[in-house]
Amino acid sequence: MSSFADPGAWACPLPLRDYPSVVIGHGGGGKLTAELIAHLFAPAFGLADHALGDAAIVELAGGRLAIATDSFVVRPLFFPGGSIGELAVNGTTNDLAMMGAKPVYLTASFIIEEGLSMDALAAVVGRMAQAAQRANVRVIAGDTKVVERGHGDGVFINTTGVGVVPLGVDLGPQRVRPGDVVLISGAIGNHGMAIMSVREGLQFEADILSDTAPLYDLVAALIEAGGEALHALRDPTRGGLAAVLNEVAAAAGVCIRVDERAVPVDATVQAACEMLGLDPFYVANEGKLVAFVAAERAGDVLARMRAHPLGQRAAIIGQVLAQPAGVVTVQTAIGGTRILPMPLGEQLPRIC
Amino acid sequence: MKYLAEFRDSALAQRLAAEIRRLVTRRWVLMEVCGGQTHSIIRNGIDQLLPPEVTLIHGPGCPVCVTPLALIDKALAIAARPEVIFCSFGDMLRVPGSQKDLFRVKSEGGDVRVVYSPLDALALARQHPDRQVVFFGIGFETTAPANAMAVVQAKRLGLKNFSMLISHVLVPPAIEAILRSPANRVQAFLAAGHVCSVMGYWQYVPLAQRYGVPIVVTGFEPLDILEGIRRAVAQLEEGRAEVENAYPRAVTYEGNRPAQALLDEVFELTDRAWRGMGVIPNSGWRLRPAYREFDAEVRFDLAEIQPQESPLCRSGDVLQGRLKPTECPAFGKQCTPRTPLGATMVSSEGACAAYYNYGRLMPEHSADDPRLLAQPQRA
Repeated sequence: MSSFADPGAWACPLPLRDYPSVVIGHGGGGKLTAELIAHLFAPAFGLADHALGDAAIVELAGGRLAIATDSFVVRPLFFPGGSIGELAVNGTTNDLAMMGAKPVYLTASFIIEEGLSMDALAAVVGRMAQAAQRANVRVIAGDTKVVERGHGDGVFINTTGVGVVPLGVDLGPQRVRPGDVVLISGAIGNHGMAIMSVREGLQFEADILSDTAPLYDLVAALIEAGGEALHALRDPTRGGLAAVLNEVAAAAGVCIRVDERAVPVDATVQAACEMLGLDPFYVANEGKLVAFVAAERAGDVLARMRAHPLGQRAAIIGQVLAQPAGVVTVQTAIGGTRILPMPLGEQLPRIC
Repeated sequence: MKYLAEFRDSALAQRLAAEIRRLVTRRWVLMEVCGGQTHSIIRNGIDQLLPPEVTLIHGPGCPVCVTPLALIDKALAIAARPEVIFCSFGDMLRVPGSQKDLFRVKSEGGDVRVVYSPLDALALARQHPDRQVVFFGIGFETTAPANAMAVVQAKRLGLKNFSMLISHVLVPPAIEAILRSPANRVQAFLAAGHVCSVMGYWQYVPLAQRYGVPIVVTGFEPLDILEGIRRAVAQLEEGRAEVENAYPRAVTYEGNRPAQALLDEVFELTDRAWRGMGVIPNSGWRLRPAYREFDAEVRFDLAEIQPQESPLCRSGDVLQGRLKPTECPAFGKQCTPRTPLGATMVSSEGACAAYYNYGRLMPEHSADDPRLLAQPQRA
């Protein structure tokens, strides 16, 4: 990708030409989102390494800052295990944490739909304040806009976070290499299925709770346990585990091989996915991380994960190989092999 | 999870595969009818466990794939109307019509909603008496009972704002069409377990006898499919041509009689066009005259539709087992999940999507690519 905007190229970029209007899938965190970034945003703003991380690192006199921003649009506003308030804090601070940065400050912008009950707004803000306290960050600036009824989904929240990268910490997909071990901090798919269970009015036997949680405390422990051997961290949010593994494989120019049987999935999440024809590899998480660690320290990092309240079901799920570069493969439960592709847009529930 | 983990057991899968290898003495071509089975085969790598003598070809049992283009275009035209709430199962949304798909219609302002059951659409019709609610009623015998139930309830409630765009298709006539085709290579069928859970398997007995083919009712988990293959291969090797039930935990000979009675009350046989395959006589269901008022094709004036199929798309050959997805010249080039030419590339049960997503023969990859190693056996 060129680092300069080419007006001719981005005015009507080829892959976007198939879509004369934005479709929902452009926000799904998969290929369509990646195309929007690669062919519109990145060239327009002259960003060469847009694919590399969850947050940008900037050098300032005397230190390195991480900056991340995220917008939160979720329906319903309150769901089992959390609300848009917790997501708005944890989502952005987790993006900072994935770069090894200790989150310090947040800004918060609210786009509120006319007619939202004041009680609901107060509850969202209250949850946000609690989450900020738990994540040890301060909300220091904000903005409020109200749009006409019908032009928003209750409330949209944007948060921007600033974090400090400790001296000597350098995490990112560019450090991932063949031989690294891939770990996950716990069971996948809970957040996405929690949202789906309430959004679609589906009744499952047991409640599935969102896993939304602030991850910096766990990250700090992993940095301590892994040191230089901890190469990269990612949080598998929208697009799920499959999307982040594909992003890292592409950015690092490596192959990632995952053992399907090793990936923890709660029985309730598995059952709900089976019912709807969804694949937990593609379902969103809001309180999990994937770690890429040099093999010799993987045991230490795993032990440290499991000792942390947010990592009790941590597991080694795969390893990094040299070839074929840019590809994620899965060893299936019965001993076959398949490719785990990048999602296109949203996963679609099946007909039967 | 109970009844899933047990049917994905690696050691048992290896044992079944070894048994198939022991049985086989010559080349056999089997067709799994259902797209759900195709995806399970490719997703789990079941084909990689089979001896080279056994070739699996993928059947037409993907409702999304065989829904004719003209009907997709009708769906797009109805969904674009301002008074309509158009309800569909999720995997129809990305299926390409002549010009666009339902996602495009939605982004252009159409009220398109994903539902999980036709009864959800019925509930929407009761909530929105000022709107016309249309459900896209596609599928094989599996989805038909719920659709029939929705129509019966709509009639009972006297709803004037609910209708269904119907393209129901049936498995036995499709199997017969494949067997009668001069180009047919299929020597045995794995029948679709979920279809048989509704219809039973009595309909398949005359087919097995008339055409001398083994038909094994088969489930969807790895062990189910391997057991179906094992039984089909055993029949072929022994020269038998019978209907066997390898999915007894879900299927009985008679099937679900109350569901069949409901289907008979609501639907009658009709000729149906299958996308990529052409018209097959008596291969579908339409609403009986007593329920015809709920037919969206009757309710809306759709005379203008002129479907235009991509000249490059060979999904018809794929659906009839004449072509592996990877043998299609457009596969992975002009045709990908983001630029699909045919429905087989988008549906969660489509063979082309299964090959593309789960990795089969990607031309741009090197020789040590597992996608090359995973290339299915050819007859």
